[in-house]
Amino acid sequence: MKHTLVALVENQPGVLQRVANLFSRRGFNIESLTVGHTETDKISRMTIVVDGATTQVEQVIKQLYKLIDVIRVSDVSEDRTVDRELALIKVHCASASNRLEISNLADVFRGRVVDVATDAVIVEVTGTDDKIDSLLGMLRPYGIKEMVRTGMISMVRGAQITARGSEARMLEAAG
Amino acid sequence: MQRLTGAQILCESLIKEGVDTIFGMPGGAIIPLYDTLFQYPFRHILCRHEQGASHMADGYARITGNVGVCLGTSGPGATNLVTGIATAMMDSVPMVAITGQVPTYMIGKDAFQETDTTGITMPITKHNYLVMDVKDLARVIKEAFHIARTGRPGPVLIDIPKDVTTNTAIYEYPTKVNLPGFKPKLQGHSKQVRQAARMIEQAKKPLIIAGHGIILSGAYSELRAFAEKTQVPVLTTLLGISGFPETHPLYLGWPGMHGMYYANMAISHTDCLIAVGMRMDDRVTGRLNAFAPHAQIIHIDIDPAELGKNVRTAVPIVGDAKNVLEALLEEVKPGHHPEWMQTLSQWRIEHPSLALPAKAETMSSPWIVRELYHATEGKAVLVTDVGQAQMWAAQHYFFERPNTHITSGGLGPMGYALPAAIGVQLGKPEEEVWCVTGDGGFQMTLEELSVLVEEKLPVKIALFNNGYLGMVRQWQQLFYDRRYSGVKMWNPDFVKLGEAYSIPTIRVAHVDGVRAAFEWARAVEGPAMIEFVVDAEENVFPMVPPGASLQETIESAEDLAPKMQQVAVAAGSDQGGV
Repeated sequence: MKHTLVALVENQPGVLQRVANLFSRRGFNIESLTVGHTETDKISRMTIVVDGATTQVEQVIKQLYKLIDVIRVSDVSEDRTVDRELALIKVHCASASNRLEISNLADVFRGRVVDVATDAVIVEVTGTDDKIDSLLGMLRPYGIKEMVRTGMISMVRGAQITARGSEARMLEAAG
Repeated sequence: MQRLTGAQILCESLIKEGVDTIFGMPGGAIIPLYDTLFQYPFRHILCRHEQGASHMADGYARITGNVGVCLGTSGPGATNLVTGIATAMMDSVPMVAITGQVPTYMIGKDAFQETDTTGITMPITKHNYLVMDVKDLARVIKEAFHIARTGRPGPVLIDIPKDVTTNTAIYEYPTKVNLPGFKPKLQGHSKQVRQAARMIEQAKKPLIIAGHGIILSGAYSELRAFAEKTQVPVLTTLLGISGFPETHPLYLGWPGMHGMYYANMAISHTDCLIAVGMRMDDRVTGRLNAFAPHAQIIHIDIDPAELGKNVRTAVPIVGDAKNVLEALLEEVKPGHHPEWMQTLSQWRIEHPSLALPAKAETMSSPWIVRELYHATEGKAVLVTDVGQAQMWAAQHYFFERPNTHITSGGLGPMGYALPAAIGVQLGKPEEEVWCVTGDGGFQMTLEELSVLVEEKLPVKIALFNNGYLGMVRQWQQLFYDRRYSGVKMWNPDFVKLGEAYSIPTIRVAHVDGVRAAFEWARAVEGPAMIEFVVDAEENVFPMVPPGASLQETIESAEDLAPKMQQVAVAAGSDQGGV
């Protein structure tokens, strides 16, 4: 099962390397990892999607906590969350009619064409990875020349702060 | 407030942290630091190789409980420290390693003696720092010592570029640290302590296994009181040895790959295993799916990540061993388990594991260790290397006093004993310190003999020379059909070697000379070395073959033959573990 972990980390040089090292050293597989600033100075937020049995994910979280620069980690997989990923997809586009079709397809997925050339367009789309995968499936027949995805970011719905609620759960599980 | 150079800030801060002894070697990037060091009242121990410095700091830290400090220059100085840092990491030893780095403006340019030291040591340190601005230095040192000694101890590395040691800043040593991501939990959760107590009270065959955490937290009297109140027998791990008096009636030895038969059987039959301050290392557990199959496991450790990492746990308790045992001692009702004790003593009678003849006929290593035990009345501190001699020392010397058995358990670096013994002797000058080593391990770090002489340290060396890398040879004999690949060693004349270092050295090749040799060495005022020419193909038993379960403990090579054939095959294959 896939798990989405949200980690608040000190914005120190090397913190990404520490986290990435930990995953490779302990043999955990990262599906995606994103890092960015938060509302607080000097604190960055990582969203890490990992694949693994629950016990293994618990071990990942505990190991993450051992990193001095990691302040808080929570597994939000079972929370109600808003999950988003951004993708840019460069699609081969030989004719005007293709261009129209691709634009219509993008519309259906609430994406849009953000660049047009004689034989290619760039489609931008945001959403869950499922949604992006579906659009990709529809675009594939035209020929995908290039694609980039940001990896998922995630936030718990409602007034609750993402990295707080599940931390208590985690600590309880750890004793 | 004064303006100081980075080197001065470092020295001032080390004094604030109570550091008096530093193990290191200078080099290009830290010449300014050494220039300053010279003007401060530290005892600087000049290692002959930086691996020696890191093991010395390790030994010093283990025996004193203080943070050990080692120092090396950039590049090779730093990479040579790596083995000792990794050793400290695996065995939870508080250490601060300081390395020089090329000047900040040269970093990343592949300068002379430049390595990415923080990159290299990231997975083998608890935390590390590259200090790019002298203004950060005091804070970093404060944090480094705090992290190294707090919670589960471990090594912290500080990499300091040359210009940072010469640049100046206003110096003020911080009084507090601000590390929101580092808040170790020291008290056990009371609900879980109660749950554990009830489980222990109901158990018919309870068993304690105590690890390094007992020694690190100084929980000797708590462990003893807890065991005596509940009348639960006590095993230690290899690193837990000397955490509980070995002649205590409740002491049951240590389990695992070369542990006692009855200790392994006790784990295999217990219904309630109380694991304190240990991490379920594979050398202790044997094959995991057959480990303590009948037991509910109460696991107490200061590091939450150890709970549930390798074995399932019924009651996990995060906390300092001393605090949790104190809480448990108060909560639990007195108990007694006569039937269980009866079973255990029956196993001990039928499979004594450590029985030795009063006098050996040949130069048997276990017997020599036992003679050392008698000669020193069990009162010495043994610092042991890695391999057969390490196992025999742990098996056949009976440790009475707390923290008198110093060895490397997790990483297992050959060459550990001599430099670590130097650190131990410096930390506790009044103790009788024995370095127990083999011909293989000794030759990895024997350059540090110079330090023994230079610093006038009365460390005694018992060198077990069997002409082989003995433990590997044993595996090759048992599991690889006697194909002795890369294990036979040509050795120098160790007596002449000792003489070259002006260390009194004798060779003993007959059992009659063993006792007298120990008496001789003890009477020598400074360092002394005894080379024991021991039986070349003696094996360490009992043994749990790699990949086997603790129930499959063998007590001789003959044991292996019929019933363990499958195990041997598995051990030689990829499935057999290490």
